[in-house]
Amino acid sequence: MIEISKVSKLFNPGTVDEKIALIGINLKLNPGDFITVIGSNGAGKSTLMNIISGVMKPDTGDVSIDGRVITQQPEHRRARWIGRVFQDPMAGTAPNMTIEENMAMAYKRGQARGFQIGVTKARRAIFKEQLAKLGIGLENRFKAKVGLLSGGERQALSLLMSTFTKPQILLLDEHTAALDPARAELITSLTETLVREMSLTTLMVTHNMEQAIKLGNRLIMMDKGRIILDVDAKQKKDLTVERLLGEFERISGRKLADDRVVLG
Amino acid sequence: MHGWFGGAVELGLLYALMALGVYITFRILDFPDLTVDGSFTTGAGIAAVMISHGAEPWLATLAAFGGGLAAGALTGILHTKGKINGLLSGILMMIALYSINLRIMGRPNISLIRSETIFTGVSVLVIMPIIVIAIKLLLDVYFRTDQGLSLRATGDNARMIRSFGANTDNTKIVGISLSNGLVALSGAMVAQQGGFADISMGIGMIVIGLASVIIGEAIFGAKSIVRATLAVVLGSIVYRIIVAIALRVEWLKASDLKLITAIIVIVALVFPSVRKYMKEKSNARKRSAQLLAKAASESTTAGRNLTKEG
Repeated sequence: MIEISKVSKLFNPGTVDEKIALIGINLKLNPGDFITVIGSNGAGKSTLMNIISGVMKPDTGDVSIDGRVITQQPEHRRARWIGRVFQDPMAGTAPNMTIEENMAMAYKRGQARGFQIGVTKARRAIFKEQLAKLGIGLENRFKAKVGLLSGGERQALSLLMSTFTKPQILLLDEHTAALDPARAELITSLTETLVREMSLTTLMVTHNMEQAIKLGNRLIMMDKGRIILDVDAKQKKDLTVERLLGEFERISGRKLADDRVVLG
Repeated sequence: MHGWFGGAVELGLLYALMALGVYITFRILDFPDLTVDGSFTTGAGIAAVMISHGAEPWLATLAAFGGGLAAGALTGILHTKGKINGLLSGILMMIALYSINLRIMGRPNISLIRSETIFTGVSVLVIMPIIVIAIKLLLDVYFRTDQGLSLRATGDNARMIRSFGANTDNTKIVGISLSNGLVALSGAMVAQQGGFADISMGIGMIVIGLASVIIGEAIFGAKSIVRATLAVVLGSIVYRIIVAIALRVEWLKASDLKLITAIIVIVALVFPSVRKYMKEKSNARKRSAQLLAKAASESTTAGRNLTKEG
């Protein structure tokens, strides 16, 4: 179980450029929760992800996993619990290394890396089985350098790499936003399948309202560093894009301003 | 095979270990490490001092390797923990090593002419290929281990491997350390073969290392680590052959060596990008001409059809 309590984060504190990224955020993810996160520009969605993954440390408040406070732990140490997929399809894989080498690095997520050979016969069998799940033929291209794959293929590989070792929490930061509609569709359905099969606790930031409504069992809406709406599975069933936009206006008193928002 | 060619191969093999070290930082870690100029002399100095005091030559060589490891680790710590720019941390370490090397050696030049070295009684051309190939193979295996993979990923996509739990500060320190260990090892062997260690013998070493890496990759390719390490070793030998040939030109002096090296590196760096540019340009021209011709033929047939129908 992941808990974020009273987390605040300021950028450039005390200067004219001071910006409140997060202010007093409380969020509790129950095991198996799949939460989609939406919000306007600068609402603090990415900062929330960065605070959980340890890229940034909060000014106040704590992050804990299974009751263990991990607020002060560096990014690489938290990796044993956290799987991540970035928006940039290039960010989640090493381009000059082969598919199997990338898989081998993901296989050791959060463990000590010693002098054992990375790609062994036994491990290769595991990788093959996992890659086959993607259904895009990567299992037959073990020795191909990842840099030769298309953006969609790389993102599919990133997604597999961060999930197949069953992290306690999976963070998806607009991981379909940089892809064309067909590829985005593929990655979305893969996400759904992988998360369901392994019942991963997931937090997904998206700009696609329809996707936010369709996926997951819970939806939160953020604005100006706060969580302004938390919709559970039951309410989520009757939710539409219009009602969601209406809710935003009602609570924040203005229209949802997001230059990248996709209504569906 | 002796004479100038044998001599060039000999030197190429001796400096190949240094080139492998440069390959690790320059190519794998993507970290331009100038510590090399200092750590090469550190290796030579440690070996020379120990041997001239009667130490077992192999032990002295091993100690030199250790000295290089330490120097590289310090550069890595300056860069990662001290957050000093990569180039600058190498330069700082290089300068610091100049004084440290003088302290180690006690004087600017140590002769090993009368001492027993690892090459006493055996030909360099017998022993060096074994050492170089063994180290090349060890590196190939290391870069396939879990730790080696994370080291490679640090140079390839640091953000990615951090998100999978590798401490990229540590992988950098290990990589830079290993690199300088090999450089110092090379220094120790060069000193023993040449019969002396000199405080200034490391100057320009980074450029020689780069020349070997670039020449090797250009001629022999770098598709995989196994291929690249072989290319670097061969590149080091080819570099020495080029230098030997250049020095046989009558009006060139031995002191022109560093200029020749710099020119080789410049040519090797500029040539591929110029070639790529020319190729792209000629491709684009050909393709445009093709498209134009196609468009022209289509418009004439279309025109003819229209007249026929009209």
